[in-house]
Amino acid sequence: MSFLDYAPAPESQAVLNLRGDYGLFIDGEFVAGRGEPFQSINPATEKQIAMIAHADAADVDAAVAAARRAYDKTWSKLSGSDRGKYLFRIARLVQERARELAVAETLDNGKPIKESRDVDVPLVAAWFFYYAGWADKLDHAGVGPTPSARGVAAQVIPWNFPLLMLAWKIAPALAAGNTVVLKPAETTSLTALLFAEILQQADLPAGVVNIVTGGRDTGKALVGHPGVNLVAFTGSTGAGRAIARSVAGTDKKVILELGGKAANIVFDDAPIDQAIEGIVNGIFFNQGHVCCAGSRLLVQESIHDDVIDRLKARLSTLRLGDPMDKNTDIGAINSAEQLARIRELTDIGEQEGAERWSPDCVLPEAGFWFRPTIFTNVSTSHRIARDEVFGPVLSVLTFRTPAEAIAKANNTPYGLSAGIWTEKGSRMLAVADKLRAGVIWANTFNRFDPASPFGGYKESGYGREGGRHGLAAYLKPAAGRAAARTVTAAPAASIAPAVASPAAEKTPVSRKKAAK
Amino acid sequence: MTRLAVPKTYKLYLGGKFPRSESGRVYEIRSHDGEFLANAAKASRKDARDAVVAARSALGGWAGATAYNRGQVLYRIAELLEGRRAQFVTEIVQSEGVSTAAAFAQVDEAIDRWVWYAGWADKYLQVAGNANPVSGPYFNLSVPEPTGVVAIIAPQTGGSLLGLVSAVAPALVSGNTVVVVANEAMPLSAISLGEVLATSDVPGGVVNILTGSPAEMAPWLASHADVNALDLVGAGDLDWIHLEIDAAETLTRVLQPENGPDAASPSLARVLAFTETKTIWHTKGLI
Repeated sequence: MSFLDYAPAPESQAVLNLRGDYGLFIDGEFVAGRGEPFQSINPATEKQIAMIAHADAADVDAAVAAARRAYDKTWSKLSGSDRGKYLFRIARLVQERARELAVAETLDNGKPIKESRDVDVPLVAAWFFYYAGWADKLDHAGVGPTPSARGVAAQVIPWNFPLLMLAWKIAPALAAGNTVVLKPAETTSLTALLFAEILQQADLPAGVVNIVTGGRDTGKALVGHPGVNLVAFTGSTGAGRAIARSVAGTDKKVILELGGKAANIVFDDAPIDQAIEGIVNGIFFNQGHVCCAGSRLLVQESIHDDVIDRLKARLSTLRLGDPMDKNTDIGAINSAEQLARIRELTDIGEQEGAERWSPDCVLPEAGFWFRPTIFTNVSTSHRIARDEVFGPVLSVLTFRTPAEAIAKANNTPYGLSAGIWTEKGSRMLAVADKLRAGVIWANTFNRFDPASPFGGYKESGYGREGGRHGLAAYLKPAAGRAAARTVTAAPAASIAPAVASPAAEKTPVSRKKAAK
Repeated sequence: MTRLAVPKTYKLYLGGKFPRSESGRVYEIRSHDGEFLANAAKASRKDARDAVVAARSALGGWAGATAYNRGQVLYRIAELLEGRRAQFVTEIVQSEGVSTAAAFAQVDEAIDRWVWYAGWADKYLQVAGNANPVSGPYFNLSVPEPTGVVAIIAPQTGGSLLGLVSAVAPALVSGNTVVVVANEAMPLSAISLGEVLATSDVPGGVVNILTGSPAEMAPWLASHADVNALDLVGAGDLDWIHLEIDAAETLTRVLQPENGPDAASPSLARVLAFTETKTIWHTKGLI
């Protein structure tokens, strides 16, 4: 045992009380799916956690119908303050069951427990808490007075932050008065189903949130369903492009949070110890399964060797292994499929002439693992400098002048995020102005907050999630304003039934439920 | 044999504690139909000044807390008030002589008002602050901040609990601390609210509740140099113009009296009334 070895400190799984199989959550109840159930495995052991129902097109149809009914009959008739109260309840229940959710997330996703416990789940609660307060303040949301909801939202989320992405989607949708059909990623359905139990505890009216688990076919059926008014998707740019294509000509509102290839720019006057921590956090947080990960390190040439030496020293102290261990820094890769993609791209990196380095660490026998990896001598034309790896792989490039750093940072079809490390405020702000990216972190990286909008430029998608801006897509401006901007929709667009106005702010609601 | 009740001693709420008035003074509180309810503390000039000291000491922590944290604490007040609805209804029925249904409506409205203002804690800044497109290579951002210690004369008519909450909650949203003079004739729900505040993660000194004579205390607070803002919402029957003149000496911000059922009705304006806008310039280097 070296001084860096720690005794195992596994988080207890006793807080989890999982069922052997999970159904779809439609109209407030768990129901069987019509498709073939599939297994959800623990990526750290490859052992089955539970069997998950597979929603086919008919199930999706039932879920959308339930969401429409709930919208027409219940949700659109509630006052904003009552919608807010449900969201506050959900926030509190998430806080109460935080540890259980964190353990489930780590089990299903493979991310270190310290991340699910200290980042993912607290942010989930914060997201619901923040948007709860918006539900009765929508006049201030910035889309004009008395905006209304859009109707039924179809939401498809990825596997990298399963429960957090659910919160990013559901909280603003409900606050704005929409109802929801959400599809979790195929490999990470578990916490969405535990969340459905929380909705039952919160006594949320049936059908307001429906969760359909399944594969790509399920997601496709959902976003293509003529009964949805809005599509919110987080995932790959390829899938986002297909969604944008499929909704063309309809009146569906679309929000897309897609891939990224963020530049993390380190100037020679950067606070170097902080920068090293920020670089590590930027690309090795969540095994690099982060769309806004700082996967391209742009280092000023004069400090390149020093930064690389310090990075290597720091990476050698990271602990890779059992995600449930409280000391683990790097957990498991989420799936065999993703591991294969990381391997393929890193092999190409070597073939193209970049220099590969990884710390010497032992990988567990079972499960999907990948050592944190740095590529130096990378040029802008290399695949590892252009393609999103979505893994713990950092490509290092150099620059000499701020103008060169900006040119290289922007030399990508993506534009989700970027980092700037310099002690000089005037330089930081000038560089930030020139970067074509939706989120700029200066002397920090991978910060998220419900009050802060998040989303990309260019092929990283459109729309913003978080903050006041995160409400915009879920709200329809009042009719007078909208009429001036609306173009005549193609006939296919009128399939969705007209939505009732949720303007009934004064509808009296029984306190029976609220007083439970 | 019926059980003999154990009545509560109603005291002040200062710096997170429940002291009697240092002056030893009390005044009788009687129910709507004249029955004796309690001897409430009649706060003195020293009590009022102690309250301002407590509010000032608590300001750094409360204003420095994250907006998310403040929002959760304000929401916690609603949660705890919800659990004690019956107690407040009893007190309101006794002292105001209203029906039980009306008392419930008042308590529920007070709870909902806490929830509404709790939601503003991490949003008012997003609505009232903004980036400014100045002509030149500058980052320029305006952000509201709490003004400091706010002294409030709570509404003296209408619901005693709802009036107090309507005046206190908006001042707390941005991080101000409060010294409030309760409804003189019906102060019991104010002190019971202090018990709720004391157990709902509101740091001691953030809200200080004085019972007694607003006519006596208002001039002391209005002319106090360490009070940053003065909310005269319930001072309509006092010589409030002189209070405003007193406040002018240290340029204390003043909200004038409001009357009628809509007094201190929920509004973003009440939150922003107790804020200062700070504009930050930062140069941008030329590349």
